[in-house]
Formats: sequence, C-alpha cells, structure tokens
Amino acid sequence: MSLLGYSVLEAREKLRQGEVSAVELAEAYLGQIERVEDEVNAYLHLDAERTLDEARRAGEGDGELAGLPTAIKDVLCTRGIPTTCGSRMLEKFVPVYTATCVDQVTAAGAVYLGKTNMDEFAMGSSTENSAFGPTRNPWDTGRVPGGSSGGSAAAVAAGEAPWALGTDTGGSIRQPAAFCGVVGFKPTYGAVSRYGLVAFASSFDQVGPITRTVRDAALMFRFLVGKDPRDSTSVALPGKPQVPGDGSLEGVRIGVVAELSGEGIDAVVRRVFEEALAALEGAGAAIGEAAMPHAEYCIPAYYILAPAEASANLARYDGVRYGFRAEGAGDVIEMYEHTRGAGFGDEVKRRIMLGTYALSAGYYEAYYGQAQKVRRLVRQDFETAFGEFDFLVSPTTPTTAFALGEKVDDPLTMYMSDVCTTPANLAGTPAISIPAGLAEGLPVGLQIFGRACEDEKLLEAAHAAEQAIGFDAVPPLLAEVI
Amino acid sequence: MEYEAVIGLEIHVELSTRSKMFCGCRVEFGGEPNTRTCPVCLAHPGALPVINRQAIRYLCRIALALDCSIPEVSVFHRKNYFYPDLPKGYQISQYDQPFAVDGGLETVVDGERVRIGIERVHMEEDTAKNVHAGESGRIAGSVYSLIDFNRSGTPLVEIVTRPDIRSPQMARAFLNDLKNTLLYLDVSDCNMEEGSLRCDANVSIRPAGTSELGVKTELKNMNSFRHLEKGLAQEIERQKQILEEGGRVVQQTVHFDVATGTISALRSKEEAHDYRYFPEPDLLPLRIGAETVEQVRQEMPELPAVRAERYVSEYGLPDYDARVLTSDRQLAEFFEECTGIYGDAKKVSNWVMGELLAWLNESGSDLEGCKATPAALAELLGMVDGGEVNANTAKEVFAEICSTGAAPAEIVKEKGLGQISDESELEQLAAAVLEENPKQLEQYRAGKEKVIGFFVGQVMKKTGGRANPKLVNQVLRKKLSE
Repeated sequence: MSLLGYSVLEAREKLRQGEVSAVELAEAYLGQIERVEDEVNAYLHLDAERTLDEARRAGEGDGELAGLPTAIKDVLCTRGIPTTCGSRMLEKFVPVYTATCVDQVTAAGAVYLGKTNMDEFAMGSSTENSAFGPTRNPWDTGRVPGGSSGGSAAAVAAGEAPWALGTDTGGSIRQPAAFCGVVGFKPTYGAVSRYGLVAFASSFDQVGPITRTVRDAALMFRFLVGKDPRDSTSVALPGKPQVPGDGSLEGVRIGVVAELSGEGIDAVVRRVFEEALAALEGAGAAIGEAAMPHAEYCIPAYYILAPAEASANLARYDGVRYGFRAEGAGDVIEMYEHTRGAGFGDEVKRRIMLGTYALSAGYYEAYYGQAQKVRRLVRQDFETAFGEFDFLVSPTTPTTAFALGEKVDDPLTMYMSDVCTTPANLAGTPAISIPAGLAEGLPVGLQIFGRACEDEKLLEAAHAAEQAIGFDAVPPLLAEVI
Repeated sequence: MEYEAVIGLEIHVELSTRSKMFCGCRVEFGGEPNTRTCPVCLAHPGALPVINRQAIRYLCRIALALDCSIPEVSVFHRKNYFYPDLPKGYQISQYDQPFAVDGGLETVVDGERVRIGIERVHMEEDTAKNVHAGESGRIAGSVYSLIDFNRSGTPLVEIVTRPDIRSPQMARAFLNDLKNTLLYLDVSDCNMEEGSLRCDANVSIRPAGTSELGVKTELKNMNSFRHLEKGLAQEIERQKQILEEGGRVVQQTVHFDVATGTISALRSKEEAHDYRYFPEPDLLPLRIGAETVEQVRQEMPELPAVRAERYVSEYGLPDYDARVLTSDRQLAEFFEECTGIYGDAKKVSNWVMGELLAWLNESGSDLEGCKATPAALAELLGMVDGGEVNANTAKEVFAEICSTGAAPAEIVKEKGLGQISDESELEQLAAAVLEENPKQLEQYRAGKEKVIGFFVGQVMKKTGGRANPKLVNQVLRKKLSE
C-alpha cells in the first residue's frame, strides 16, 4: 500500500519501527501535492526544500511526532513563513513568532508541509473568499470544500497531508471536514491556546485537528492542549487526553437535536444521518430526542457577536506597521480608507460593517446585548440537554458540498451553512464531525457534541461511532494512488 | 452676575511597573525609539494581552488610598478608534465596570479642608507616541509622521473626580495632593513634563447659588500645575464672556496654548467618536479577591494625612508644620531621619521648612538634586548648640552643604567660618571698638546702658559675624566696668 493510505497513528508506527523514513513519508506527500494540487488548490504556501530538510533532521530526532508532515491553516502564525490569512492585506506578511499550538507540534518533531488555503480571515463557508482563488472539493472539483478551513480539509481528503491544523469559529473545522469526508474536531473553547492564531472572533475561535480518523484527531489533540500563559482564556483540561482504545456505545445515551436535524436539512443528508443513527443504535446506544429551544437564534446571534469582535480584531490592519499599504494617500484617513478598501475582500468588509453597526451607540443593546443573552440561553440549552444525554448529535451541515459559485452572491444562504455548527461555538462546548456516509457520491458529516472540558469522552464516543458506521471511502484522486 | 465654576478632573497616571500592562516589554521613559516592543504592544496578528499583576496591585493601592470601594469583579473593554499611535485600533480600557468607585481625597484651600469626590479609578494602557516632522511639530502641516511604540502599552490608571472643584486654585491644590499621594504610594514618578501624570478638566460655569449645571467644555493639554491653574482661569473667563454677551457655551474640547496662554477649540463634541465599547474577549473579567485587597492594604505606605497627624501627636509639631513637611514624601523622610538623629523635632522642622525649602526654591532643584543628608543637618545643628558656629553662619554653611554635599565641619574649617570664642582676641577687639567710639562710650558712662548693643554689633562687624555674641557681651561688660 502507498504511504498515503496510512493514518497518522499507522505512519507514526512505521516511522518508529524504521520501516519508513521521515524523508520517504515527506516525499510521498510532496508527490501527491505535485500530482493533484493544480486541481485542488489546497495550499497557499509550499516549500519542498524546507519540508525535506526538516524531515531529514526530524528523522534523527526522537520526538513523539518525529517526521510527521503537518499542514497548517494559513491563519496560524509561523515564524519566517508567510501567513496571509487568505487576504491581500497580509499577502507579504511574515510573522516574527510562531503560534503556541504550532510550536508544540513542531517541538514534538512534526515537519512543516505547507500553509493551507482558507476564506479570508476565516470568514466564509466555502473557501471561495480566499484572495488567492478557491480550493476545490477533492470528491468533486466542481464543488466547494467548505470553509473556512477548506484548504486543510481538502488537503487531508486528497492525501496531500496526513493531518492538518484548522480553526473553528462558527463551524470552520467541522463543516469543511463534513464536505470533504474527513474528521474535524473543535475542542472546548480554551483547550488549545489561541496565541498566534490570527483573531477573527476571539470568544469563538478555537484551534483543532483535521484528520482521517478519530484516533488521529485524539493523538494530535494531545499535542495541542495546554494552558498557555500567553493566552488568558486558555484552560487546562483535567488530565492529558488519551487516544481512545476500542470504545463501546453500549448504554450510551445519545440525544438527537431535533431543531438541527429536521426542517432545513436536505432529504439526502437526513437519510444518511438516519442510517448513521441506526448504526449507533445497533452498537448499543440509546437514542432519544433532545431539545435545543434556542437553536433558531444561533445564526442571528452568531452573525452579530462574531462580526462585532471581528470589527475590532481587524482594526489593526491599517497599513501603518505591516502588511499592505495603499500608495498615494494624501493624509492618514485617506491611507486607512484606501488600504482597507483595497486590502480586504467583500465578505470581510461586510462583516466589519455588520459588527461596527451592531456595536454603535443606540444599537448596542438591541443587537450585541440581545445576542449575548441568546448566547447564555444556548449554553443553558446544552446544560439542560446534557442532564438527560451523554452526547448530542445532528448532521454537521444541512446540505452536502455545493457547487463553486452557487452561493457566493447570496451571503444569507451561505451563512445558513453554519446552522448546525454555531451552537457549539456559542456555548464553547466541544464538537466533532465524522463521516456518516455518502449521499449521491458526496460525503455527509455526523456531528457529535460533548460536555465542556470532556473532550476526551467525546473523542472516545466518536471513535466508537466511527467504528459502528464503518466509513472508509476516499475521493477518486486519492483512491487512484493507494 | 456672579458665576461659580464647576470643575471635574480626569487624571492619567503612568505606572512605574517593570513591564508593560499586557506584555513583558520594559517600561521606561525615552530611549532609542521602538526598542522596547514586541508582537503584543505592536499589535501583530495573533498576539494576545496578558494582565500585569503588579499593575493591578499598584492600581489597588491607588484605589485604597483614594478611599474607593473595590467591586469583586471589574471588566476590561475595548475602546475602538483609529489613530496611528493606537496599534490595535482599540485601547484596552475599562468602561461600565471599573476597578474602583466612590472615593474621595481631602485637600486644603485657603486654610479650609475640602473633600473632592472620586467617581472612578480604572486601568488602561497608554498609546504610542507620534512624532510629526515639520516646523510646527503638530500633525497639521507636518511633512511626515514617525511613531515610537516604546510607550505603547504602558500601564495607565485613569482617575476621574466628581465635579466638586470650584476654582482653579482648588484644582491645583487637589492635583498637588493627589500627586503627593501617588508619590507616597510609590506607583508612579508623576512627572508631568514627561507625561507620566496628565490632567484634563471638564469645566462649566453657572450663576452663583444655582444648582443646575452649565454646558461643559473639556480642557486638554495642561502639562504642569501652573498650566492647569492658568488654563482653567482662562477657560472660566472665556465662558463668562460668552454668557455675558448673551451667547451659549458650546460643548467641545478646547486646548490651552501654553505659549500664548490662550484657549482654542479642538473639535466639537457633536462629531465626537462613538467608541463602540464592548467587553474585551481576550481577557477574563478581573477578580481581585478580598485576600489580595487585604494584602495590599497591609502593605500600604503611611499616607500624608495620617503621617501629618502622627507628626502632631508624636513630635508635638504644629498642624501647619506637619502639613508642610508631609506635603512631599521625600521632605517628610528627610525630616524624620534628621529628627531621629538630632532629637529636637521642632528645631529640625524649622530648618527643613525654612532653610531647606528656601534652598530648593532658590536653586529650582528637587530633593534629589539636594546634596544635604539628614545626618549632615543634624551634625550642623549640633555644632550650633556646641557654640562651634553661630546660627546665622550655620545657615550659610547649610546652603553650602545643599550645593556641594561637603561635611559641615569641613566647610566651617575651610572657609574660616568657625565662631570666635577666643576671649583674648575678643578683648582686643572690644578695646578697639570702645576706643573708636568715644561718643557712645560717653553715653554709656552717663547711664545709657542700652548702648552696649551698639558695641556688640561693632565687634560682630569686625569679625564678619563670626564672634560668639554671648561672649562678646561678657567681654564688653567686663571692659566697661574696669
């Protein structure tokens, strides 16, 4: 079997046994990138020489992740390597420091593979908002990979990376993972340091792994967690998370969130979702119906709070200290206007305007204040539901991957792609998307929500669910080579 | 018509912590531009703030000294506006949940004690410094501007008074007492010229005896006590003129021009910023904890008012002396140390308030520039008591000590300022004086004994004031009775 067929755990084992060298593994992934990248466009930055160089050195080291090629969403700062956030504004920006989470995996011996494409500043659900061209879904290159971590999800799905770092603000890990038929895990808010993650919406943003299997996600999660003195909102989880063994769903109470699983969900998605539920039940899970009474307010609340935070977070891109600066301005106000006018894409501008408006004098209470109340209520909804169930489930997305260009001129419809994912970000709880099956040849994701800070239990259950469902399809452009 | 001024002050104090408010960069005035910066205080993408513990302890000291109540929780907010000296595009400040509220500080104006209410004390960060290249040094008409981020992120405490101040003199007295208190607390160097203590004022006037507030203006740029007093007087006068001419005061920010001593309008409040405050999502609400507050309270230095009371009860000093001595922490410490060595508190007080303050006034120096030590003054006073030098000469010697730091005995010896107590030498001089003034001698002999004072004066004159006056008197009486 080609090296590209291995999971991270398998590849790590082969590396340890000396059956495969770090350079061979790196070459395998670089080869696949060479083969399919023109079609997929998952990466914004590649440096084969650097990758091979690091692989050579990692091969000699004894780090726990020694020699593991790693793709990094281009929203995480990497010292000496461009970090663009998919934006013209940062097209030539090279950070002077590395994000904590990247540092941690690098310290364990991981090898740099590339920086992945994304919606500009992580704002979008299709990766079409990248200033550097969209990423295409490896299952059907006429379709979007989802977003905003579309590059990371597509890279893993296409065999262009064994795993990738993503970030999830309203679903940006889980939604593209669902569209691309891979695993996407958004940990509890604060479990992974945000230091070096270029902020979109600080109280929502969370880093997580995109992998082929749940056990791989759990393994990578081990290296990402930890309270970081540089991030005041980071938290220490109780105990270092373990990679799940052979878990069981026997007697596990699973609540299907009615509000996220019925109306508004495509029939084909619902069918695959229901088949997945049957598989869980078959594995011994007790399935019931859970209520999330405030689910319908999640999208409006999210699209007020996140843009509000973004309007401040993106104020630093003013052309003064780094990044893009428009030439020829007569004074400082003009410089701001021209720089931000030309440096940001439409969706980023739209959200800055939304957020600025929501925070304006006279509107604050009606928008920001109300949305904060919804946020508290959604948190309560989760608490209530978790009183009755161990885990909650829903489809990850209401549809399968849509066609490139299909929703690009219709922001509201685009925003509805996040309907199932935003509740976890509003509440700060962990959630994971695992492949549930295919609908008309396209992947469908099963989303599982866990209790805050019980990420390890969530991963155990997700692993058992993955075994019960037994999904093992890969897109054609990977199937051809493994 | 008689008018009454209503004044409230907003005071900004830069704390003298080792590091900045939200990063580890050193706090220091001046220096090579942009040498004390990091990703956090330059607002690089992905960098996050971390609260400086020491700054919060200093803030707590200030709040306690100003008799404020400290709520359990205070919240950091983002204050949004664009300016090149504000790298994030927002300032981290506090808004509707400040660190401390409802305090007061007593001051004395025209011998009367007044308590000025403190509305709030909150924590924020300082901006960078713009340097405008051009003739005026202002942004208008400048050719280009440079930014020095060394100051960016310096801990800044804002103290807001209630509108309890009624005159420019009262404002000055209050600010002086506030500065003194802050110096006692050892939290800031309070250097107005370097900008570590800055003061803005809200000013309105109303017909005397009425209670309705007039339209206020905000007076900025008063970088010394003198400017504060002068600026306020100017502004009150300007408002009076407007009202007397039947006009209306416009709510606006005005600027006191130090060079011309005039007031000019900066911008109208109508076009004021909407700062779009919202809670800073990168920082958790600040919970100071009763224990920490108690700890800080225990460590509080003795404040001026308490110290003044102690001087009255412990040293038996008059209230006036006690207040003058404690009006400056260093002065008070000089006094106490000297009294500790010398013993007679009132005598030390007289010398400190008389000679030391006179020297400071004349030389325009502060105590740090004065080379006299408390021990040197104690030694000098001992020499006066021992008749080694007379009191008047000692004053000269003391001034010399202040300037040069030389030991009192050395100055006396070197300059031949020692008191003449040699009886035979004085006898010769006395004889000469009597011989030179036959007319006065005749008067004496005729029973006009008061003339002896004239003879003493003449002897003193001949010795340049160095003769021991008591001894001269004795010698003269002996001679005259011969």
